[in-house]
Amino acid sequence: MKVLVPVKRVVDYNVKVRVKADGTGVETANVKMSMNPFDEIGVEEAVRLKEKGVASEIIAVSAGPTACQEQIRTALAMGADRGILIEHDGVLEPLAVAKLLKAIVAKESPELIILGKQAIDDDMNATGQMLAALLGWAQGTYASKIESADGGLKVTREIDGGLEILQLKLPAIITTDLRLNEPRYASLPNIMKARKKPIETVKPADLGVDVTPRLTVLKVEEPAKRQAGKKVGSVQELVDKLRNEAKVI
Amino acid sequence: MAVLVLVDHDGATVSQPTRSTVAAATKLGEVHALVLGGGAAAAAAAAMPGVTKVLQTEDALYAHALAEPVAALLIALAPGYSHLLAPASAAGKNVMPRVAALLDVQVISDIADVIDADTFVRPIYAGNALATVKSADAKKVITVRAASFDPVPASGGSGTIETVATAADPGLSAFLGAEIAKSERPELTAAKIVVSGGRAMGSAENFAIIEALADRLGAAVGASRAAVDAGYAPNDHQVGQTGKIVAPDLYVAVGISGAIQHLAGMKDSKVIVAINKDEEAPIFSVADYGLVADLFKALPELETELAKK
Repeated sequence: MKVLVPVKRVVDYNVKVRVKADGTGVETANVKMSMNPFDEIGVEEAVRLKEKGVASEIIAVSAGPTACQEQIRTALAMGADRGILIEHDGVLEPLAVAKLLKAIVAKESPELIILGKQAIDDDMNATGQMLAALLGWAQGTYASKIESADGGLKVTREIDGGLEILQLKLPAIITTDLRLNEPRYASLPNIMKARKKPIETVKPADLGVDVTPRLTVLKVEEPAKRQAGKKVGSVQELVDKLRNEAKVI
Repeated sequence: MAVLVLVDHDGATVSQPTRSTVAAATKLGEVHALVLGGGAAAAAAAAMPGVTKVLQTEDALYAHALAEPVAALLIALAPGYSHLLAPASAAGKNVMPRVAALLDVQVISDIADVIDADTFVRPIYAGNALATVKSADAKKVITVRAASFDPVPASGGSGTIETVATAADPGLSAFLGAEIAKSERPELTAAKIVVSGGRAMGSAENFAIIEALADRLGAAVGASRAAVDAGYAPNDHQVGQTGKIVAPDLYVAVGISGAIQHLAGMKDSKVIVAINKDEEAPIFSVADYGLVADLFKALPELETELAKK
């Protein structure tokens, strides 16, 4: 089966983000950018499905500025076969991304789409579910295990308090949780090979999708800073402070 | 128009995050609650002050709260409501974006404040920034960060209860089973005290000393992403940007360095205690009380000290 893996370009998870002085957003100029970590898990899972002979072709898709090609190249170096860049400068909300991906699905007819459960920039946790809704497909969110079963997929999901196992009909949407797998590092030969893999570029208008944001960001501010407290010298002092100063135990 | 809250419950009581969601919803209008389940859960929902009506269905189609049929039910009910809310729990986060897309609106995830009917505050970048966003959509679909709203009481209200008609069955998924950890400890997001362990715990076996301390304090057990990654603790114990968001009265971080993504999940706790042998660990920059010590020495001492009155 053909597998689609959407990948998002985000501020690297190691970067301490700074709110812009004018309150319009966070500073992204001259900041290290990477593939969203949960999307890496999605690419890895697709590559493992291909290695098992379940997936036939893996297409990595990214929506955003031209520079998103870097994240598509990363996916190609990990093992995706080709890429599609939906080029757009400006804000793309999950609903818009889901509509763009739906248009790509109409062209490519994948049977499985694996997305990260959440992007670490806007923390929306939405695109996979929204895409599943627009396509009328089953969704298996927060997946920690995926198996082929009975002509569909058996998905183990991370839920509050434990795990849940669902049977999904295909085609289906999966969103990845942390423990689904540990993504590989691309080897140098694979990085070289990825340079020759094709990336097609399209625009939202080519796909007939209106990407106008529905949310206006009125301001972005830093949360109240927490003051560092004091160091205590011993366990006895700690318990005394908790009992008699903070009065929390 | 009224506001509809999707209720998380255990068959008898309504979850604390749901009561926080009702608190957020009362800022937006008259509150109705949707209960997928039996009479006891519906009665518990109707007892929340502020809830004027409970919509209930016991149809087996909703027994496991599968996203596809639950979204179809919410869509069938949506015309009567200006806002649809759910707690930002695993269940709420699973279904609400699906509902939003079916209504052609952008979901507003994990709100931390209500400014007005269209305007909300939500954390982004692991809570390192707070965005105030105004929605242009006619209907709002929202998940609520429970830790940011004081829950309404569990009793005192007297809403009416009525049964809702079953909506379409999309027939896309089926429930095969669940493995829910049985625990006598309080639920992580509702606990007054949380004791969390990090990578420095060293092994899943060593996590027992975190559990022992938690039991001594009547606390819930949490873990950093690093500890979950290393297999020392189950994923549903994870506190942080990609795990649970907690704000207990007391948060005890043991052997946790304090990565940004962990701080995102616990920095709104009222009192934070950090125990770490690295005095440079970032966790100390948010801790009210820091103890620089080897956790394998400090924790047994702590237990002994707590046993004394």
